[in-house]
Amino acid sequence: MTSPNPPTGPSPARRMRLPLHWLGILPFAVFVLLFLIMPTMKIVIGAFQRPDGSFTFSNIGNLFTPSILAAYGISIRISMASAFFGCLIGFGTAAAVVLGGLPRAIRGPLMTFSGVASNFAGVPLAFAFLATLGPVGFITVFLQSELGINLRMLGFNLLSFWGLTLTYLFFQIPLMILIITPALDGLKKEWREAASILGATNAQYWRMVALPILTPSILGTFALLFANAFGAVATAIALTGSSLSIVPILLFAQIRGDVLGDPHLGYALAFGMIVVTGIANTVYIWLRARSERWMR
Amino acid sequence: MKRFWAWGALIIGLLYFILPLIGMTNFSLKMRRGVYSFDAYAKVLGDTRFQETFSYSVTLALLTILVGVFLVVPTAYWVRLKLPFLRPYIEFVTLLPLVIPAIVVVFGYIRLYNTSSWLPLTGTALGTDVLLVAGYTMLALPYMYRAVDTGLRTIDVTTLTEAAQSLGAGWFTIITRIILPNVLVAVLSGAFLTFAIVIGEFTMAALLNRPAFGPYMQVLGANRAYEPAALAVIAFAITWGCLGLIQLVSRFQKSAQRPV
Repeated sequence: MTSPNPPTGPSPARRMRLPLHWLGILPFAVFVLLFLIMPTMKIVIGAFQRPDGSFTFSNIGNLFTPSILAAYGISIRISMASAFFGCLIGFGTAAAVVLGGLPRAIRGPLMTFSGVASNFAGVPLAFAFLATLGPVGFITVFLQSELGINLRMLGFNLLSFWGLTLTYLFFQIPLMILIITPALDGLKKEWREAASILGATNAQYWRMVALPILTPSILGTFALLFANAFGAVATAIALTGSSLSIVPILLFAQIRGDVLGDPHLGYALAFGMIVVTGIANTVYIWLRARSERWMR
Repeated sequence: MKRFWAWGALIIGLLYFILPLIGMTNFSLKMRRGVYSFDAYAKVLGDTRFQETFSYSVTLALLTILVGVFLVVPTAYWVRLKLPFLRPYIEFVTLLPLVIPAIVVVFGYIRLYNTSSWLPLTGTALGTDVLLVAGYTMLALPYMYRAVDTGLRTIDVTTLTEAAQSLGAGWFTIITRIILPNVLVAVLSGAFLTFAIVIGEFTMAALLNRPAFGPYMQVLGANRAYEPAALAVIAFAITWGCLGLIQLVSRFQKSAQRPV
């Protein structure tokens, strides 16, 4: 993050008054320090400490055991898959509404619905999917009794990689729609006209003009959706209990009852989560700053 | 042809969203064998655990909104007025709760404020409630701050402050009687979103062992068949209501501003 207008050096007279000015943000600073920064630092520092408080890298090293690596692996793959399909389907829907010549009246309700659906995560979302695609769910029963298709025989199980991905998509797709619609609106009509005057086909316009402009937005949103899925705890727990070993569920069990048998390994596990979501969000912020160049 | 594909894409997308909603509604009505009935709802609403946890979460949501407003409005105002060069940094801090997963923050709370620490908040029920409200305030901070800061952008903070000061108003009067009414719509938007987030929150409440609505839903989901679907319908209605109210107040603002 860089400041758009770098702070100018304060004059001596101003420096004298400065402390009083800073008092205004003191409550906020203290609150954030107590309830966000310090708890997080406690975890980060704890990840590099032995039980007696001395410094070590061994907690981080202990993360590289097969069971924990597998948990990270499946978490990252679920987050990747749900972010990928969320971007793809969300982009398709937004493009259909913005550029596909659908009546403008659809947009308001679609954006409102996206706002609702992207906030409809957690325990109730898991219930909705269990009632729909679970063993006695609406669609499962319908396919079985009307068409004779047994989803379970076909290998589909809601409490699995694809089941969780499918459920996450319920809040991923609307989030993509909410973020990408303004970017699609930012594609100026003049660019398409200029391209076609120069003889570009529709496909060439998309490949050489529109997509390069949209790429930072799309990739940035991908990173955001990834972090969003990676940190989701409630949906996963309500849906699968503890049958699927992903990082948030493992950490939840560790905080509840020290299942790893090593408190400092728990710190390291949480630190790993911060690193993954931190990288994803840095990518998002960086790409968003790039994409905003075109959106003025 | 293009329009055909556009409609096709939209309808398939909508089906994906409508089917689970139909599924949960359908399931929630099937408690009595063979006929549709509201038995599951009656059972849920009559459950004393539901009433307790729901009112607990509503109380916590209202407290979170209060704390959030008292924290964010003066800060955002002060930064705009006196410390504009700090804005990018404050904005970055307010986005941090989106970066650090809630489960990590609450893990930090449990370790930092346990019974043998300098501030043993988790030792008492009241202390844990304080911690939970603080955690929820952090969860809602990105949305609250953004809403209020956007609201402040539309008014001339400096002129309003100087006008109030020349009429003899103190800081408290300026913030409560000048600034707050002017950004009320933004504050309300942030408040409704906060409510929607807090009411069904699971991770923090479960790990701090407080009797909130989210953990109650999860326990019920593990033990019952039809009641969870009814709860899901209720939760969806609450989310929809909160987001609908945001639309309503922002439309109200637009129509109020037009004559000027």
